[in-house]
Amino acid sequence: MNKYRTDLHEHLDAVWDGASIAVGGFGSSGRPDALLNALSDLGKKELHLYVNNVGDDFTGIGRLVMEGRVRRMTGSFPVLPEFYDEYFAGRVELELIPQGTLAERMRAGGAGIAAFFTPSGAETMLADGTFPASYSHGEPDLMLPAKEERDFDGRAHVLEYGIRADFGLVKAQQADPKGNLRFHLSARNFNPLAAMSGRTTFVEVERLVDTGSLDPDDIHLPGVFVDHVVMTAAPIPADLPRRAASLQKG
Amino acid sequence: MTNTESPRITGRTRDEIAQRLAADLVDGYTVNLGVGIPLAVPQHIPADREVFLQSENGILGLGPAPEPGAEDPDLTNAGKQPTSMIPGGAIVDSATSFAIIRGGHLDVTILGALQVSETGDLANWYVPGRNPAVGGAMDLVAGTPQVWVCMEHVDRQGQSKLVHECAFPLTGRGVVTRVYTDLAVFHVIDGVLTLVECAPGVTPEEVRSRTEADYVEAVPA
Repeated sequence: MNKYRTDLHEHLDAVWDGASIAVGGFGSSGRPDALLNALSDLGKKELHLYVNNVGDDFTGIGRLVMEGRVRRMTGSFPVLPEFYDEYFAGRVELELIPQGTLAERMRAGGAGIAAFFTPSGAETMLADGTFPASYSHGEPDLMLPAKEERDFDGRAHVLEYGIRADFGLVKAQQADPKGNLRFHLSARNFNPLAAMSGRTTFVEVERLVDTGSLDPDDIHLPGVFVDHVVMTAAPIPADLPRRAASLQKG
Repeated sequence: MTNTESPRITGRTRDEIAQRLAADLVDGYTVNLGVGIPLAVPQHIPADREVFLQSENGILGLGPAPEPGAEDPDLTNAGKQPTSMIPGGAIVDSATSFAIIRGGHLDVTILGALQVSETGDLANWYVPGRNPAVGGAMDLVAGTPQVWVCMEHVDRQGQSKLVHECAFPLTGRGVVTRVYTDLAVFHVIDGVLTLVECAPGVTPEEVRSRTEADYVEAVPA
């Protein structure tokens, strides 16, 4: 089973309009821009993105938003000022959630955990039904639903649901043909979790390595969570088909 | 902005607030720093104490900003700026990072604030009408045993930031354990805001005159 893909667009075209997508990255660190830009190039739209940030630029997430391809964004820290223009204009919905809740919802969804209780956000407007998910004609329109609350050990907790996304988009430093991944420093962040959350997960890597060259003890995420591996601009190992090498120049 | 009815009381500068807080950090603590005044804390940690810094994006053992040219694009702090790591540091994914945070494995989280209430409620994530973003603030205050706030005592209009009830949306209810301002140090003890120390040259009466919140005094005579 070889998960290397030489034609990114051919495989990523499986993403349908309206799909939900879990995306790795913290700001631009570890963000799978090649995959995100390919979604733009392929004309995908009505997307629901689960991603921590809309980074402060117009590549990747920012480009998808500014091209009007995002219906709903679930995350903790959008940042990009133009994202908010779209939100207040009623062109994109915002499900604002605590950062740790986003991470755990991705992990839980990928781990078969339907829901969990967390103290994060309890007794705040992100849990009590008063935060506007969308605007219409300059006024709050749809509110985020109030979260189910329960006390544990005398402290308020709220119910949060695991995220099982249609697709996961991930960036890693190294992959082997089995899809085993290694990340680099803090570019790891949400990437393993987005990979777990996606029913079908795409990974862009800087370096392809031969099967067996990664020590099993040093694999950060096993290939069982990965379906398709593509290269971004980086060296290619000797045993790759020639076609892959030519793709990198395109 | 100058408030003509209440001339400025000279207390600690922003850097001195960070310095005062740093003096209370205990050797061996693992600490998370928010933006603003908290970012000045590391340079004031006494040399005889080892304090481990955590960054929400998965770094344990955060170091200082790297020299120009030594930045690694794959090593950034919670503010998305290039950073470094100290020997003995570790990298984890975001779920594990927040397991550390939410699970109570940090000793202290140090945050700025818009307002703190007299029962330790914290508002620090959202000014209504502005662009909402929350990041990891709600997880940090929900999970960390000690939440230390450092902030200016009054806002730019001269209004007390220590209030009866927070007017801004809450980050967490009853979570703050200490407040360090330019005028004083408060502890929240069993849900009661308590003045424990005035800044050098500042009297308890001056603190009282700048504070909306009710509090008890435990200042040594």
